[in-house]
Amino acid sequence: MESVSSPLRCFGECHTAEKYTDDGVETVTSVEQRKVERSIQEVVSVYKQIHSLPQPTLLRDQHYQYLKKGLRHLSDAYECLDASRPWLCYWILHSLELLEEPVPTAIASDVCKFLAQCQSPTGGFAGGPCQAAHLAPTYAAVNALCIIGTQEAYNIIDRYYSIIDRYYSIIDRYYSIIDRYYSIIDRYYSIIDRYYSIIDRYYSIIDRYYNIIDREKLLSFLFSVKQPDGSFVMHIGGEVDVRSTYCAASVASLTNIMTPTLFQDTPTWIVSCQNWEGGLGGVPGLEAHGGYTFCGMAALVILGKEHMLDLKSLLRWVASRQMRYEGGFQGRCNKLVDGCYSFWQAGLLPLLHRALFKGGDSTLSLQKWMFEQQALQEYILLCCQNPAGGLLDKPGKSRDFYHTCYCLSGLSVAQHFGNMDLHHELIVGREENRLAPSHPVYNICPEKVAQAIQHFHQLPVPVPAQKEVSSACNTTADHS
Amino acid sequence: MRGGARKGSKKSPKLIMKTRSVICFTALPSLSPSRLCSYKRDRKEWADLEPVPQDDGPNPVVKIAYSDKFTDVYDYFRALLKNDEKSDRAFTLTAEAIELNAANYTVWHYRRVLLQALEKDLREEMRYITAIIEDQPKNYQVWHHRRMVVEWLNDPSEELEFIAEILSQDAKNYHAWQHRQWVLKEYKLWDSELEYVEQLLEEDVRNNSAWNQRHYVISHTTGYSDPSILNREVQYSLKQIKKAPHNESVWNYLKGILQDRGLSSHPGLLEQILELKETHCSPYLLGFLVDIYEDSLENTSGDQVEVLSKALELCELLAQERDTIRREYWSYVGRSLQTKYCSGDPSTTSSAPETDRGSASVSVHQETTCNS
Repeated sequence: MESVSSPLRCFGECHTAEKYTDDGVETVTSVEQRKVERSIQEVVSVYKQIHSLPQPTLLRDQHYQYLKKGLRHLSDAYECLDASRPWLCYWILHSLELLEEPVPTAIASDVCKFLAQCQSPTGGFAGGPCQAAHLAPTYAAVNALCIIGTQEAYNIIDRYYSIIDRYYSIIDRYYSIIDRYYSIIDRYYSIIDRYYSIIDRYYSIIDRYYNIIDREKLLSFLFSVKQPDGSFVMHIGGEVDVRSTYCAASVASLTNIMTPTLFQDTPTWIVSCQNWEGGLGGVPGLEAHGGYTFCGMAALVILGKEHMLDLKSLLRWVASRQMRYEGGFQGRCNKLVDGCYSFWQAGLLPLLHRALFKGGDSTLSLQKWMFEQQALQEYILLCCQNPAGGLLDKPGKSRDFYHTCYCLSGLSVAQHFGNMDLHHELIVGREENRLAPSHPVYNICPEKVAQAIQHFHQLPVPVPAQKEVSSACNTTADHS
Repeated sequence: MRGGARKGSKKSPKLIMKTRSVICFTALPSLSPSRLCSYKRDRKEWADLEPVPQDDGPNPVVKIAYSDKFTDVYDYFRALLKNDEKSDRAFTLTAEAIELNAANYTVWHYRRVLLQALEKDLREEMRYITAIIEDQPKNYQVWHHRRMVVEWLNDPSEELEFIAEILSQDAKNYHAWQHRQWVLKEYKLWDSELEYVEQLLEEDVRNNSAWNQRHYVISHTTGYSDPSILNREVQYSLKQIKKAPHNESVWNYLKGILQDRGLSSHPGLLEQILELKETHCSPYLLGFLVDIYEDSLENTSGDQVEVLSKALELCELLAQERDTIRREYWSYVGRSLQTKYCSGDPSTTSSAPETDRGSASVSVHQETTCNS
């Protein structure tokens, strides 16, 4: 392709006019907003000076090194995430899959063994070995296993297919001398048979990763945190908020353990979190917030009940969260831009698009999401990359794996419109900036989602204990 | 609630441990382990307990380089957990474990179990959790713990003041607001809340959390059905709009309180907004006009061509000039209105979904593939 210098939105003449108007009334909100805008302006102007051709570049190698290292070793600065280690696995593995960097077999196997250590004897996964099960690390662990499980097996299978192909070509050569070489052909057929049996063994490796998950106990765990009003607590004796419904719906749907009563009243509860702003809060009554809105919407999509929300209000709210100057998204109205909302907020638009389409809307675009894709990519590429690798919230903040995961996820959303059947790409900067597409509900690559669902749907849904089904209410006795 | 604690079945060891830990406990404040670098593994008070190292498996991943102190404390925490020990030394250790990682929800849960089993002084626990929250106000576990203690004491008397103190440092702390809403609803402490909200809005009219709280309080007290309340709120909002027209929160609030009844049904509102448009225009005002017109199209019978035309004109203006970051959104709104209200007038702007809008799509790399 041509390397044409693309006009960046943030280099345009009109860009400065998008700065915040404080109407001469200074408050904490406006002062903070203007500070951020000044720092963005600084970044953009430095970029202009250094680069004659504005071709924003994703620092692939640097991010890869940062991620590769983190997957093994983390400094003591990460002590504060000692109860979130499956999250670290997921954030890093998902980032690597977006960058289309393969995970070495040895590490994939080690991740698998580690997550097995994090699984609780009573079901679900914990933040680390010997900790209590919690819906958030459960979500992260299941996603991580889905990411590595298939890749590992596919790598091995591909290797053996190429060996088989080589032997097929040898056979073809000897067909012309059939009589003398019947015995040779027979010999090669037996070699092929042997490799087929090796392949069968490696199909079982897929099972080995997926089978780490104890589905029966996982279902028990989900029932144990279910509340009578349809919500879920994050862990026994823990807090309720809409994140839990997403974590529960995600793992239950991927591993095929949904029973008729598991999500009873859950959609109604989630919908009650939608407020006067159009977005969703963590619990009913709270301010609309990007992270919680994503969780609520995605959970409803999984449960097939997204039409219960006021989709038009939600659309207006999320579209309004994109910052006119910075190009990135804020988490709540009148708050600051943050790279992670590139996913939580922008990621809502594919979900809304699909929901509106399902509802019969014929006026939806066939090429673009309803947010400024170019502006978001510019924000992430120019303002959210650490030159030594890793991504971040905004200029001046430190890198971390959470922001690396969600900035890259947001970048992928902004680059890819559509689904398997209709796909339109918009890549800001070099073609090498292209990331793999991600599934908008689960935020792992779509192939991994399909593979996991296909695998687990071959297994029967576990039968919950009768007391679990009828007594979601009894757990509150232990609500300490 | 606090009862039901299992008195240890093995009486004498517990008594001995309790005595030792009392000595230990009183000694601790002046012999802070971190200052003396004195680890549990070196103290005879812990000699009876075998520490449990963390089992990450053979080749660990996401391996954190814990400090020696961290390893020490958590090796002993795991040991206590394994033995389900309910003692004062366990209780003290939870505080140390929390200090090292306040997000460890397993430790917090265990601390709560101990609070009940050992019948600890919950007032002292309130002082403890107050200090921890002051230090780490953006942590889920600390706020949840406070809520549990308040519930056990059935005493919310310190809450509103405490939360106000935290909000004075960060007026938008989500956890603080969540806790506040719970206290208000659970203990029906609505009386002064609207006044508090107004004070916050006085300090920062752009505080969206405060606007949300305003909606929360009114919804749970008078409601918005009473026309005098609704009107009061509309007037309050318009007043704030005039002061700072580019404050998105107030526009969202105004829409939020009127949308159920229909924006176009509020008498005189359209006229007031059109008047404001001359002197206090903003993308939010224009969007609000679109909303009024849309509501009018939805709920009024009769000639709508004029209204539709105005709405479409505004969508175009927003998409092309005044709110270009939301170009795709406003174009969609325009197309939706057009399709729904079927304007037969060929002169109204018709923007088909795939119209090339000039420089926007020219030079960034694009590729359409259809894979079936």
